[in-house]
Amino acid sequence: MSLFFALLYIVAALILVVGLARKIIQYARTPAPLKIPTTPAPVTGAGVVMRLFREVVFFESLFKSTKWTWIFGWMFHIGLLLVLLRHLRYFIDPSWIPAWLWLPIELVQPFGVYAGFAMVAGLTGLFLRRIFVDRVRYISSPSDYLWLLLLGFIGFSGLTMKFVARTDVVMVKQFFTGLWTLDWGPLPADLPLIVHLSLVAILMILFPFSKLLHVPGVFFSPTRNQVDNPREKRHVAPWARALDEQEQN
Amino acid sequence: MAKAKFDVPELKEEVDVPAIQEGVMAHLAPFVAAKDHQTDLNFPPELVDDWHQKTLEKMDDLRKRYRSFQVFLDSCVKCGSCTDKCHYFLGTADPKNMPVARQDLLRKVYRRYFTFAGKYFPKLVGAKDLTRETLDEWYSYYHQCSQCRRCSVFCPYGIDTAEISMAAREILDSVGYGQKYCNEIIAKVFKIGNNLGLPGPALADTLEGLEDDVFDETGIEVKYPMDQKGAEILLITPSADFFAEPHVDGLIGYGKVFHEAGVSWTLSSYASEAANFGMFIGSYENMRRVSRRIRKAALDLGVKRIVFGECGHAWRVAYSFLNTLAGPFDFLDPDYPVPQHILEFTWDQIQKGNLKLDKSANDDMTLTFHDSCNVARATRMGDRPGGQLEIPRNVIKAVCNNYVDMDKDTIGEKTFCCGGGGGLLTDDLMEIRVKGALPRMTALKNVMEEEGVTHMAAICAICKSQFTKVLPYYGMDMDQIVSVHQLVSNAIVLTGQKPGDDGEEAAAEEAATGEAAPEVEV
Repeated sequence: MSLFFALLYIVAALILVVGLARKIIQYARTPAPLKIPTTPAPVTGAGVVMRLFREVVFFESLFKSTKWTWIFGWMFHIGLLLVLLRHLRYFIDPSWIPAWLWLPIELVQPFGVYAGFAMVAGLTGLFLRRIFVDRVRYISSPSDYLWLLLLGFIGFSGLTMKFVARTDVVMVKQFFTGLWTLDWGPLPADLPLIVHLSLVAILMILFPFSKLLHVPGVFFSPTRNQVDNPREKRHVAPWARALDEQEQN
Repeated sequence: MAKAKFDVPELKEEVDVPAIQEGVMAHLAPFVAAKDHQTDLNFPPELVDDWHQKTLEKMDDLRKRYRSFQVFLDSCVKCGSCTDKCHYFLGTADPKNMPVARQDLLRKVYRRYFTFAGKYFPKLVGAKDLTRETLDEWYSYYHQCSQCRRCSVFCPYGIDTAEISMAAREILDSVGYGQKYCNEIIAKVFKIGNNLGLPGPALADTLEGLEDDVFDETGIEVKYPMDQKGAEILLITPSADFFAEPHVDGLIGYGKVFHEAGVSWTLSSYASEAANFGMFIGSYENMRRVSRRIRKAALDLGVKRIVFGECGHAWRVAYSFLNTLAGPFDFLDPDYPVPQHILEFTWDQIQKGNLKLDKSANDDMTLTFHDSCNVARATRMGDRPGGQLEIPRNVIKAVCNNYVDMDKDTIGEKTFCCGGGGGLLTDDLMEIRVKGALPRMTALKNVMEEEGVTHMAAICAICKSQFTKVLPYYGMDMDQIVSVHQLVSNAIVLTGQKPGDDGEEAAAEEAATGEAAPEVEV
């Protein structure tokens, strides 16, 4: 079984990293021919960094819109972040990275436990909203529900291992830290763990082919990442410059 | 005008988010462009035989040329944040007028042909085959979007439905399925120089008439020059300013401001249009072709500055795109932004104290201000973010005593479109125009009842025309819409203007007694 999961995770990690890299390269290489920031917009690069920071960390635009979606969505995402930080212990040993980098990770560890509940609660809210608000139900595809269920069961199986049927996390840690050198140990044969690891692997594999692309997408969104300075600085895409040159010849 | 064949929404205190009613607006589509309208813009004259392949090819082309299109197609998570933000959804209850659902009409096809999930698991991710009916559905619903960007304010990824609807129209045009209204108008600009097809001599006549009117009213010779070489400023203004009320009163105002500022200025008969419908149809090439007329006019006339009159999407193309499309403007005076908005110019003159203003001339009105969508969410005025919201209000408050804002959720960056923008200002789309005006009409009605507002000022030719037409459907008066520079014009006391020569004071007195201002004849 541990061989199966070892191979699964190597493949899943490769698909996730290569898939995401391909999308990021695609976004970065596609020109944005016109200045289209949603205004009022920052007029400096530093301002744009702040705008993206508020968007990514606080979900500023969603906050302006619908408080319920914001609460559930933010709870889920911030919960997920803390949970992921807590999970770092299973993949890297503190001795591998500088102490100043480990310290903040160390500090959030206690919150990581409760964050699991916030995550599941947020997902539940989002799921109910998708079912009961007619407008959101109308725009939902099966995959939209399935993502919430997938994430929900990941959270639920994880919480089960923490609070109901504890798994031998030391073994799990040995397995995953060993993966880096292709020298993994055995995994505990616990059902919640098997469910948990299988679902996470599915998530990793599907990530680059799904709406989870909103993660890199938000950084490449021209309405959010452009500086509002079209009069001060001429902005021309390569294919548009070709039009100008064509005309001159 | 034939009265409504549809139900005009009832105005309540608030706009309720309606329960969805599928398909209620599916019947509405604008007239299709005639063959020559299409070919004038280098589009196929009619739907091409291989439309299926050509549609997908164009979609592929656009996603490679526009980062916005590619990122927006991928990033939506269907959170629903935008679903209650579009004025057309609020006014019609048709779920395909929810921004996300409007985008999905195109995204479904993108997924089916360009993504792994859509190719192999179409049902799971809501991917759909491209059929002949798909094109009709696009044609209908992408012409029920005014590209106002309100949805983009609330989207956590900044997805702007305007970008998707522009792309959709570009795809439709490229397979020979264009919209009559936009394409006919763009062709008129290429052939005659403006949207309305007013030839140079007619413009000259109009301007001469304006000079006479202003002289009769004030006793001062204010010039409205055209094609005057060597003038300092080239004024580019929407062609509606040349003839329609209340637009023309704004043009009179620009002339008075220039006169008092002591700068020489001119209009151009060649570039006699600020509007650029190339943006509405998402065609970079056509938008560029229209824009370059302005560059040519500026070069031919040898001007030093370019100033734009009151027009919403025109200011977007001017402020955000002109430098890109028709720049660099290194032949103009580097001390001034290129281009400048007339409100930036006027506000600067007011701050310098160059204008003598009699605010009481507007005492017969209590004003509110409609932020035009394109100005509020796609441009700037002045140096600071948000100047496009402050400067118009500053100018209005400098020339009027009575001003109040509408509900804060309906102005500023959250402003509602007038309902007629984005190439929808045509009678064949009257139903969506009237229904889409509901949120603005509601906010206006509220300040009329609670604050005694009598008039609403606007800085967009489309807004002004749309409201003139739509206000009566809601039991209000078409004359309630005014130009901001009409207010400026009322208040300006021209240098040398003798008391008694002007109608302003008389108007103020009449207003005080509750009577309408009489037409002043000398």
